[in-house]
Amino acid sequence: MELTTVWFALIAVLWIGYFTLEGFDFGVGMLLPVLAKDEQERRVMINTIGPVWDGNEVWLLVAGGATFAAFPEWYATLFSGFYLPLLLILLALIVRGVAFEYRAKGHYPQWRSRWDAAIVIGSFIPSLLWGVAFANILRGVPIDAQKEYTGGFFNLLNPYGLIGGLTTLLLFLTHGAIYISLKTDGDIRVRARALAVKVGLAAAGVAVVFLLWTQVMTGNVGSAVFFVLAAGSLLAGLYALLRTREGWAFTGTFVCIALAVAGLFVALFPDVMPSSTADAFNLTTTNASSTHYTLKVMTIVAVFFTPIVLCYQAWTYWVFRKRISVHHIPPDRVEAPVG
Amino acid sequence: MQHPVGYQYNPRTGRAELHDFFAVLLNKVQLVTFPHVVTAAYMTAGAFVAGIAFWRFARSEGEIKETFRRGVRTGASVMLVAGLGVAITGDVSGKIMTEVQPMKMAAAEGLYDSQSKAPFSIFTLGSLNGEHHKAIIEVPGLLSFLGTGSFTGEVKGINDLRAEYKAQYGQDPGAKYYSPGDYTPIIPVTYWTFRFMIGVGLLTAGIGLLLLLTTRRGRAPTNQWLVHGAIVLPFLPIAANAFGWLFTEMGRQPWAVFGVMTTANGDSPGVSAGYVATSMIAYILLYAVLIVIEVKLMLAAVKADLPPDPSPDDDTDAGDTDRPLAFAY
Repeated sequence: MELTTVWFALIAVLWIGYFTLEGFDFGVGMLLPVLAKDEQERRVMINTIGPVWDGNEVWLLVAGGATFAAFPEWYATLFSGFYLPLLLILLALIVRGVAFEYRAKGHYPQWRSRWDAAIVIGSFIPSLLWGVAFANILRGVPIDAQKEYTGGFFNLLNPYGLIGGLTTLLLFLTHGAIYISLKTDGDIRVRARALAVKVGLAAAGVAVVFLLWTQVMTGNVGSAVFFVLAAGSLLAGLYALLRTREGWAFTGTFVCIALAVAGLFVALFPDVMPSSTADAFNLTTTNASSTHYTLKVMTIVAVFFTPIVLCYQAWTYWVFRKRISVHHIPPDRVEAPVG
Repeated sequence: MQHPVGYQYNPRTGRAELHDFFAVLLNKVQLVTFPHVVTAAYMTAGAFVAGIAFWRFARSEGEIKETFRRGVRTGASVMLVAGLGVAITGDVSGKIMTEVQPMKMAAAEGLYDSQSKAPFSIFTLGSLNGEHHKAIIEVPGLLSFLGTGSFTGEVKGINDLRAEYKAQYGQDPGAKYYSPGDYTPIIPVTYWTFRFMIGVGLLTAGIGLLLLLTTRRGRAPTNQWLVHGAIVLPFLPIAANAFGWLFTEMGRQPWAVFGVMTTANGDSPGVSAGYVATSMIAYILLYAVLIVIEVKLMLAAVKADLPPDPSPDDDTDAGDTDRPLAFAY
């Protein structure tokens, strides 16, 4: 197999890792004011993702870095072309990350509620915009002969792009609600389960529309198989949830997101960023890639370091495997305002 | 970007392509700037600890005072040792810079004509444009020593380097944007940032030594200059670091990648100035808000009582899953 194909597949794997992992912590963030009834429950929710959200986010950095090194033309066109949406995502991720770390350092209600707002908005914006961005990559955007993006910001907000955004939003909400039911105990676990079923059905409906649209527009036999299996996993996960098998339910949404993203990349291949201006201007795994030597060096480095990263990330999940409930939350030290 | 190696320009694709991975990994500029940055980071952390601990040390009594004395001495030791590391790596770095980017060294001094026994001026009045400036305090041969390791070594001047670069690369395409002359960074910026970087860095290491001396064997200095200086101390290495970055990035101009691509040629064709301004303003506003919050939290942490020593039996019932979390978000 060509090394360009290998790296296309590896970048797909990195995005799958990012969406399956950060997907649930986005969901937990967005559901903060919905599922938690009081401060203790809000802290329970945040502590379920506290030790893992930043590790999840590193998958995005690696996906971006691998794209930069393996397909520099793809990286350049994507990051220049999607400048404003990616700026919004980055600002949201900054605010959200700070919010997780600072929220518990202040001890009066207004401080906490402001950071809660930052967590909700900071989780909502990327959940929506990643879907919009990926849908537009699949749909094709105006790219000229110099491989430059020539569209604007609002060009990205077309119906198909917005359905893509709604799909990731609802899938992450479902994924997050199921994660809460898997990682907590008490009232909140029951509430999360009930909500997950409702949101999950809505997610299934929207996802089917999006995947079907993708399949008709740019799909092939391979992507069709992935999409059907993805829809099946989501429904199986929701069924498992109805039978209170939370572990299986989480596996269901996890596999659903993984297969759906895999299907999108299969539908995209061998393009990496098709041009809506002319097929001749499509960025492909061949014309957007680095040299064979660069890819060879990257492959050797990846073979050594990826297993190490996977091991310590798995270890994190093992260490923090227990369910959390309100009695695990330590009492606040002080009630006086900061500063 | 300062000293590109291990690549080959491919005229067919119009880009520089990786040719030798180990040449990049073992780039001599990389090998010396990495420890330079790391030791500077240690110095920053040391000054942070020492400054805060000294402020609390001067205001406390009894057993707690001894705890803060340890904080002061630990921080000050780190400042001193790391400061030494910064100085050594900085010295090596200066010599490599004189070799691979001679213009940067000439710009650091505002040295217009090539000179052996080149002097280093501590302080200068005037415009630094090569005509009217007047060094107030000057150490003969010091620039030659910084650049070549010998007090009589030759350091190339700006005028000669300009002629050399023009012969090699043609007219400077970026000159109209930022250069007072072809292939030259903005000399007052490089001149002053170079001095402030070295000066503030040395001052920090010197304060480390002073703190170690004044707190040795149970001594508790009451000098108000020293006590109030503790408030400024954590900011000194941060300032020195900032001056260092300004110097090295300004000193590379007009190149984005030295000798290969100018900054003016390096912008993205698809990104408008409006987009760039939008992101710049957004980041500045966001970080302005965050710095207020951050400083508030830090002041609260500085003023807060020390947490009690963890008791040894804290970990004995680690199997009890109903205990509150030791660390909670």
